Amino acid sequence: MAETAVKEKVTREPMLPFGKKERKLITDPLNDNNPITVQVLGICSALAVTSLVYPSVVMAIAVVFVIGFSSLFTSMLRNYIPKQVRMIVQLVIIASLVTVVELTLRYLNYPVYKQLSVYIGLIITNCIVMGRLEAFSMANKPWRSFLDGIGNGLGYGLILIAVGVVREIFGKGTLFAGSPIELKIIGPTAGYLINTTDNAFFGWYVNNNLMVLPAAAMFIIGIFIWIQRSYNTKLVDVS
Amino acid sequence: MGEFFNIFIKAAFIENLVLAYFLGMCSYLAVSKTVNTAFGLGLAVIFVLGITMPINWVIQTYLLSEDGLFGTDLTFLRFIIFIAVIASMVQLVEMVVEKFSPSLYAALGIFLPLITVNCAILGGSLFMVSREYNFSESIAFGLGGGFGWFLAIIAIAAIREKIRYSNVPPALRGLGMAFILTGLMGIAFMSLMGIDPAAFASAAE
Repeated sequence: MAETAVKEKVTREPMLPFGKKERKLITDPLNDNNPITVQVLGICSALAVTSLVYPSVVMAIAVVFVIGFSSLFTSMLRNYIPKQVRMIVQLVIIASLVTVVELTLRYLNYPVYKQLSVYIGLIITNCIVMGRLEAFSMANKPWRSFLDGIGNGLGYGLILIAVGVVREIFGKGTLFAGSPIELKIIGPTAGYLINTTDNAFFGWYVNNNLMVLPAAAMFIIGIFIWIQRSYNTKLVDVS
Repeated sequence: MGEFFNIFIKAAFIENLVLAYFLGMCSYLAVSKTVNTAFGLGLAVIFVLGITMPINWVIQTYLLSEDGLFGTDLTFLRFIIFIAVIASMVQLVEMVVEKFSPSLYAALGIFLPLITVNCAILGGSLFMVSREYNFSESIAFGLGGGFGWFLAIIAIAAIREKIRYSNVPPALRGLGMAFILTGLMGIAFMSLMGIDPAAFASAAE
């Protein structure tokens, strides 16, 4: 009796299930298993782009796309890839997807493409993409691998955008500069939301140029890790 | 020769791949726990950067560009070709080192294959293309960039070895501290921006 019930359940499972397990694949990388602050993968290619929010958002979308689809394709091919050449096969899949992203971005938004320069190409060697392919997609079914890839891309993008927001507000006083929805938050002229020249309370404020430097991104991520580990004590480094 | 030296100094100190562009961060953070392993990885990176840069230059100039062998613009293939060159070069270096110096091979261990996904290598090649270096400049850029990477990883490994005995807040221990140290080192390296590489080059002549 029990056996037939199980069988029925299996046959009734939808093509693309989205239950508790699948949701965990997406939410886990956002905090407990965050690619940047916990797995320490993929810091390479992206910190230099976070001085403004808009390029960070573009970068995050590109990475989500590349991780998601490379996981999907690798997982589809996982039974046909010989073990010895798997790295090369994975790199070719990733490199083709990155080329697609690069050409699309160049067509859609040339200024941002110029701003991101080599960092779009460097998504190829972004360790998080390879890391997920090796650790997850080579051993799991396509749909689950796709979700895992999307989850990790989102966890990565979350940190990227958070760093971008902090750096842009304190460094330039704007938000989403260069995009159609540019906000001017704090600055010395009339166009800004808080005008520091005739505001009695914020008269002392000047933009912090340290935030524009690449080094600031390191400090901010260091502090993010500090905050996260204070709340999530199981992540603390015991060594 | 002056130009060669100029680019070497610039790539190693002023535009350091790790501290100014954040390239090769993954292995930089993962392998910098002790000076010994950092030293081995640093050497391997100098070696691979020094080899792949001129090879990729030749490919870019004679195969992919419009005036190259095929007469058409094939630059859209750049990523795939570059990464394939890097992966095969790393494989080749691994085989050569294993054959001629088993002790060095044992010391480098897993780090050699890992260099394939070190962003500094691919990043260096892409920078070389976007800055339009010529052949000798690309060699200088490869060696200089590799040397700068080596310097940075040795420095952070030495600091991390010492800081283990300090009283760091538990949540900041290890990774968090490594990030903040890298930031401080980045700011310290910025003071080298005052160096005029041209003056160095003329002094060397």
